Amino acid sequence: MSAANGGYYLPNPSPWPIVTSAGLFSLALGFVLAINGVGFGKWIAIVGAAILIWVMFRWFGEVIGESEGGKYNAQVDRSFRWGMSWFIFSEVMFFAAFFGALFYVRHWAGPWLGDTELLWPGFDFHWPSAGPKGPIAIEPDMTPAASQFSPMGAWGIPAINTAILLSSGATITWAHWGLLKSNRAQLITGLFLTVALGVTFLSLQAFEYIHAYTAMGLTMKTGIYGATFFMLTGFHGFHVTLGTIMLIVILGRALKGHFRPDHHFGFEAVAWYWHFVDVVWLFLFIFVYWF
Amino acid sequence: MATAHHDEHPSGIMRWLTTTNHKDIGTLYLVFAFTMAIVGGIMSLVIRSELWQPGLQIVDPHFFNQMTTVHALVMIFGFVMPAFTGLANWQIPLMIGAPDMALPRMNNWSFWILPFAATLLMLSLFMPGGGPAGGWTLYPPLNVQQSGPGVDFTILSIHMLGISSILGSINIIATVLNMRAPGMTLMKMPMFAWGWFITAFLLIASLPVLAGAVTMLLTDRHFGTHFFDAAYGGDPVLFQHVFWFFGHPEVYILVLPAFGVFSTIIPTFARKPLFGYETMVYATASIAFLSFIVWAHHMYTVGMPLQGELFFMYATMLIAVPTGVKVFNWVSTMWRGAMTFETPMLWAIGGVFIFTIGGLSGLMLSITPADFQYHDTYFVVAHFHYVIIGGSVFGLFGAVSYWLPKWTGHMYNETLGKWHFWLTMIGFNLTFFPQHFLGLAGMPRRIPDYSLQFVEFNQWSTIGAFMTIAAQLIFFYYAMQSIRAGQKATSQVWEGAEGLEWTVPSPPPYHTFATPPKVK
Repeated sequence: MSAANGGYYLPNPSPWPIVTSAGLFSLALGFVLAINGVGFGKWIAIVGAAILIWVMFRWFGEVIGESEGGKYNAQVDRSFRWGMSWFIFSEVMFFAAFFGALFYVRHWAGPWLGDTELLWPGFDFHWPSAGPKGPIAIEPDMTPAASQFSPMGAWGIPAINTAILLSSGATITWAHWGLLKSNRAQLITGLFLTVALGVTFLSLQAFEYIHAYTAMGLTMKTGIYGATFFMLTGFHGFHVTLGTIMLIVILGRALKGHFRPDHHFGFEAVAWYWHFVDVVWLFLFIFVYWF
Repeated sequence: MATAHHDEHPSGIMRWLTTTNHKDIGTLYLVFAFTMAIVGGIMSLVIRSELWQPGLQIVDPHFFNQMTTVHALVMIFGFVMPAFTGLANWQIPLMIGAPDMALPRMNNWSFWILPFAATLLMLSLFMPGGGPAGGWTLYPPLNVQQSGPGVDFTILSIHMLGISSILGSINIIATVLNMRAPGMTLMKMPMFAWGWFITAFLLIASLPVLAGAVTMLLTDRHFGTHFFDAAYGGDPVLFQHVFWFFGHPEVYILVLPAFGVFSTIIPTFARKPLFGYETMVYATASIAFLSFIVWAHHMYTVGMPLQGELFFMYATMLIAVPTGVKVFNWVSTMWRGAMTFETPMLWAIGGVFIFTIGGLSGLMLSITPADFQYHDTYFVVAHFHYVIIGGSVFGLFGAVSYWLPKWTGHMYNETLGKWHFWLTMIGFNLTFFPQHFLGLAGMPRRIPDYSLQFVEFNQWSTIGAFMTIAAQLIFFYYAMQSIRAGQKATSQVWEGAEGLEWTVPSPPPYHTFATPPKVK
C-alpha cells in the first residue's frame, strides 16, 4: 500500500496548469460571447481552444517523457490508476444525469402531463413524444404529414454501431494481450484496428445525424425526444471522439516503441476509457434507440 | 529523488503560479477562499441593508435578486469549498505521513481553475441584463428566460468550478488510498482525513450531475432544446430533481470536512481520545450514503406523488440518526475531560452547538406537511445558515486557528482569537435567530420588501450581519500578525494534540516526510 522508501516522484513547479486554466477561461468566455451574438467571441474561443490543444501537447509530452525516463515507481503508477478510475466514475455520473432526465420524462413527467385533462387538455403521452405543442411522431403504419418527425429506429445504423463498438472493445483487448507478451506487431495492429473502428463509428453517427436533420425532421428542437436523443448521443459521440484521439496518441507512442509489458499505464488508461464509452453506448442503444 | 533539488523553488509570483507543493497550494486555496468570503460578505451586507426597513431604498429589486443569487454561489463555491480544499491540501499529507498529494501538478491545476471561474462569475454582474437573478439553484423557467449573457457566464463558471472540485477530489482519494505512511491503516487515519475522503466521493458523484443539469439549462437557453418546457414534453421540475440530486450531497460536502475538524479539535482540548472513533467513521459514511436519497425534500411543495413525499420524508429523518451519533460522540469526548477553552476549542464547541440547532430546525423542515408552511420562508434561510455557518464556517475558523501556529511557526494572539469568536458567535445569532420567527410568521425569502410587522426582527438581523462581517477584520488582523511575527510555536503547539503533523517543526520545512514515518 505504501512506499518503503522516499522514491515517490514529485514534479518540479510547472507552468502548464495555469496556462490550461487560462485557456479554459478564454474558451468559456469566447463561447458565451459567441452564443450571445458578440462577433469577436468566437475568436476568443478559438484562441482558448488553441491554447488548450498546445498545452496538452506540452503537458502530456512532459508526463510521457518522465514515464519513459523511468521516474515513476509502482506507487506513482497506482496514483495514476486511482486517478483515472475515479475520473471515469465522474464521467459515469455525468451521463447518469442525462439518463436520469430521460427516465424521469418517460416514466413520470410525460405520463403525468398526458393523464389529466387539467394540465394539458387533449394531450395523450406516449413515447416518443415531442410534447403537446411539438411535432407528432410518425408511427410505422401512419401516413406522414407536415410537421411530423420520425423517431430513430434501433436496427439500422445504431445496431451496426453497436457491433462496431463491441468489436473495438475486443480489438483493444487483443492489442493489450500483444503488449503483455511483447508482441509489438499484435499491439500495433490491434490499436490500428481499434482506431479504424472508432473512426467508422463516428462517421456512421455523423451520417445518422445528417439523415435525422435532413430527412427525418428530427433535430435538437424536436421537443423532449429530440433534446434527450441529441444530448445523450451527442455527448457520447463527443466522448468517442476524445477516446479515438487518445487511441491515436497511444498508437503513435506504440509505434515509437513506448510501453513495456510491466509498465504501460498510459495504454491501460485509454483502454479503460474506451471500454467506458463502449458500455455507455450499450445503455444508449437499449434505452435511447431500442425501447 | 524526492528531495534535494525540489527544495528550491522559483521566487516571487512564479512560485505561486507554478507550484506543485501541497503547502503552497493549500495557502493559495485559503487566501482565495478568504477573498471570496469578503466578496460574498459584502453582498450579504447589500441584502441586509436593503432589508433594514420595508419598501425599496438602496438597490432595485433586480439587483437585489442578483445579490442573493451570487452571494450564495460565491459563499458555497468560492469560499467554503475552496477553504476546505485548502485545509485538505495542507493537512492530509501531513496527517497521513505523505511527501505530498498524490498528483501534485494536477493539484496546482485544480486550484488555478478557481480564480478564472470566479472571474467569469463576477463578470456576469457587469453584463447587459445583469448577473444571474433567479436564485443560486438556477431553476427554470426563470433562468431560461432571463436575457443577457449573465446566466451563461454563471453556467460556464459552474462547469469550471466543477472541474476544479472533481480534480481536487480525485487527488484526495488517490492520496488517502495510496500515500499513507507504512502502518497508517485506514482505521488509524485521523478523522479529518476520513471526513475529507468521504466528502471526495460525494463530490465526484454529485458535481458531474450538476454539470449535466446546467448543460441542459444552457442548451434550453441557446440551442433550442426543450428539457424544461412542458409544451414540448419537458418539465421544469426535472431540473429541480437533477439539481437537488447534486444539491443535497453538496450540503454534506460543505459540512463533513468540518465534522472532521470538530473530531480533531475536541479530543485535543478535552485531552481525551475521540469517543467512538469507529462509529464516527461509520456515521460519516452513512450520512454520505443517505445524502443521495433525500434530495426531493427541497421540493415538497412542487406537487410530487404522496409516496414520493413520504419516502423523502422518512429518508431525511433517518439522517438524524448518524448525525446524532456524531454529536453524542463529541459530547462524550468532552465528558470528564481536562478541558481548556483556547480559540479552536471555542469554535469547535460553538460549531457543534450551532450546528445542532440547525440540525433540529432541519428535522422540523423534513416533516412534509410542516414544510408546506415553512417552504421558501426565512425559516429556511435561518436553518441553512445555522447549518452552514455553524457547521462549515465555525469548523473552518476552528481549523485555521488550530493549525495556524503549525503553518506559520508563530502563535496567534489568543485574546484577539477569543474576541473574534465571541463577536462572530453573537453577531451570527443576532442575524439568524430572529429569522426563524420571521419565517414562521410568514416572511418569504428572496424578496427585497416586506410587511411592517417584520421590521424589528429584520433590524436585529441587519445589525447582526454588520457585526459578524466586521468581526472578520479581527481574524484577518490576527492571521496576518501570526504570519509575520509572534511567540514561536513549538512543534507540538497544543499540549493534548496527537498526530503526525505535530512531529514536524513549526513551520514545517518545504517538503516533509520525503521518507515516510513509521506508524505504530
